[in-house]
Amino acid sequence: MSHLNRREILQGASALGVAIVLAPAGAWAQKKTVKLAFIGPLTGGTASNGLGGRNSFLLAVQERNADPKTKYRYETDVLDDECKPTVAVQAALKATSDPAIVAGVTHYCSVTAIATVDTYHKAGMPAMVWGAVLPEITYSHKHVEITRVNGTMINQNNVAADFAVKTLGFKTFALIHDTTDYGRAHAKWFGEFLEKAGGKILSTQGTAKDQKDYTAELTRAKGDKPEVVWYGGLTPDGVRVKVQMDKLGVRAQFQGTSGIKSDTFNETAAAAAEGTYCFVEGAPTEKLPGGKKFLEAYAKAGFKEPSEAYGPFAYVAANLVIDAIEAVGPDRAKVAERLKRTKNANTIIGPVEFDEHGQNTVPLISKYVSQDGKWVLWEDSEYASGKRTLPGHKFKKM
Amino acid sequence: MPPLELLLQQALNGVMLGVMYALIAVGFTLFFGVLDVIHFSHGDIFMLGAFAGLSLLLGLKAAGLVGGLVALPLAFAASIVIVGAIGVAAERACVKPLARSSPLMTLLATLSLGLVLREAVLIFYPRGADPKPFPQLLPQGGVELGGVAIRYENLIILGIGFAAMVAVDLVINRTKMGAAIRAVAQDPEAAQMMGVNLDRTVDATFFLGSGLAAVAGILSGLYYGEIHFIMGITGGVIGFSAAAIGGLGNVYGAIVGGLLFGVLQTTAAALIPRGSEFRDVVAFAVVMLFLIFRPSGILGEKSVERV
Repeated sequence: MSHLNRREILQGASALGVAIVLAPAGAWAQKKTVKLAFIGPLTGGTASNGLGGRNSFLLAVQERNADPKTKYRYETDVLDDECKPTVAVQAALKATSDPAIVAGVTHYCSVTAIATVDTYHKAGMPAMVWGAVLPEITYSHKHVEITRVNGTMINQNNVAADFAVKTLGFKTFALIHDTTDYGRAHAKWFGEFLEKAGGKILSTQGTAKDQKDYTAELTRAKGDKPEVVWYGGLTPDGVRVKVQMDKLGVRAQFQGTSGIKSDTFNETAAAAAEGTYCFVEGAPTEKLPGGKKFLEAYAKAGFKEPSEAYGPFAYVAANLVIDAIEAVGPDRAKVAERLKRTKNANTIIGPVEFDEHGQNTVPLISKYVSQDGKWVLWEDSEYASGKRTLPGHKFKKM
Repeated sequence: MPPLELLLQQALNGVMLGVMYALIAVGFTLFFGVLDVIHFSHGDIFMLGAFAGLSLLLGLKAAGLVGGLVALPLAFAASIVIVGAIGVAAERACVKPLARSSPLMTLLATLSLGLVLREAVLIFYPRGADPKPFPQLLPQGGVELGGVAIRYENLIILGIGFAAMVAVDLVINRTKMGAAIRAVAQDPEAAQMMGVNLDRTVDATFFLGSGLAAVAGILSGLYYGEIHFIMGITGGVIGFSAAAIGGLGNVYGAIVGGLLFGVLQTTAAALIPRGSEFRDVVAFAVVMLFLIFRPSGILGEKSVERV
């Protein structure tokens, strides 16, 4: 000790101080860094949804990084797919060729999600779809890498058929659909689920998109006296079917798909819109099981853009991916295996469980009814409370 | 085979459609008769008629005139004048300057004009991309005769449609301008030698044809309860096909062709299994058959009645 002079003591104390100050940082620095990719439309017509998804994804990563219990430190690589298949494939290639990226939260648009399925599969990189609804994205293959947290039009039609038959008690249906992939696929799935639910299809008629006159099809349907006229297509045509149905005196309930859920439907069909119901994948964020907490955290994080309808799905996807990495380590193959086996995960959108195709089987589908010129959640509507009666139920009594 | 009342209902549906097609077809046939041109933006002139009618009706409503009895005739008259004038302007811009060039040039010019009109409505009309609700000013309600739903507004629309056709017939056959139109249609040079003012006659023809399209546009709005900026595309193609079936240049042929096209479409959708998917295929296949086997149309293109 006698060798220690004042200078040496000072040096030792400084070193100790520095060590104490740096100790937590050292432990933090020891956490291995893992990279995650986010891909969505950040520019173009659907950019608002893409940006909401990106922010929600970043929020999830920030929260997990702030959590001292996480084993890894997560970095992000955010890529724009412009809602275009070619750009999406380039983005997917960029992400998959970076070995530091373990998994991705990918795509809002169906065209981009379906175009990139093989890219992720060949690279063996787990990709969890957070917004696209085309069934084929998960159902056209059994690749271990692809999973999806949000529902598909299959789920939508399952809920739609069950609701119409089991909840509302309608039995006979006349189906009209546009002849695009959208309309045909809806008619196919709705028809299948309807028969399973015990409903009867009296007729199915395909019509051209943007057709003006539906009187011939509706007169044909009228002859079968259906309880419900179902239309699988988009708003402008949906308006025409509904308005012309009333003019021809077709005494049936009108039911639509997610394609007619727009303010334009209510504005254009005006009084004729009243009592129409339809179904949409997802739900208003504040109605989600953990929606309020999510919105508070989102607001606190100070993002410029709103989270939009699919933000919570991107948030959940990011959390599920991180959970899997925490459990099995940053290895693409192991993470993919783990993700695919997700069962009963407790998330802000409710429980998530993947089937053999990686599709969430506990999807969220909302029912809407047109009431006083606005789409109202069925549960909150005066039709559900019994204050008003659906047109179809009135006709049944006549 | 569907029961009789459904067949009758389908026949009525077909005639309703046919009346609107016929009014558009008459325009095509007039232009062809007088100038030997096919005015491909005529479908979009029909669309402009509907939007002019809607704007006028909304304007009249804002001014406190809401009753159908006052507002509708005013809207019809003003739309005919406005759209008729636009038709004349279109002719002066895209048809007359190209009179001496290849017919392909006129075709391209009028096709382009149609696109310009359509996009202009899309861009400049407030929220032009959305379908627009059309005020329902005709008496709603109706009667059921033996299972056939006949609405009062259908009867009024048919009445207005046929009245417009009769008016065209009177203009062409009973007025001096009509005589000039017929003379130019038969032989422009001889007509000019007899003192017919060619420019004014051509203007009158385009005014008449475009005015009829405006009537068709408003009727379409009243019948379907909504209008959309793309309604002129199919309206134009069908109107032209109807004119061709009836015999290009023959006004009565256009009327017959329009009615036939409406009934054909409805019949295909009503009677053929999965016919709704093929209604246009069937209707246009018939057009092709006519073009192959009877290119002069039902009533004949080159006849004494040719305008």
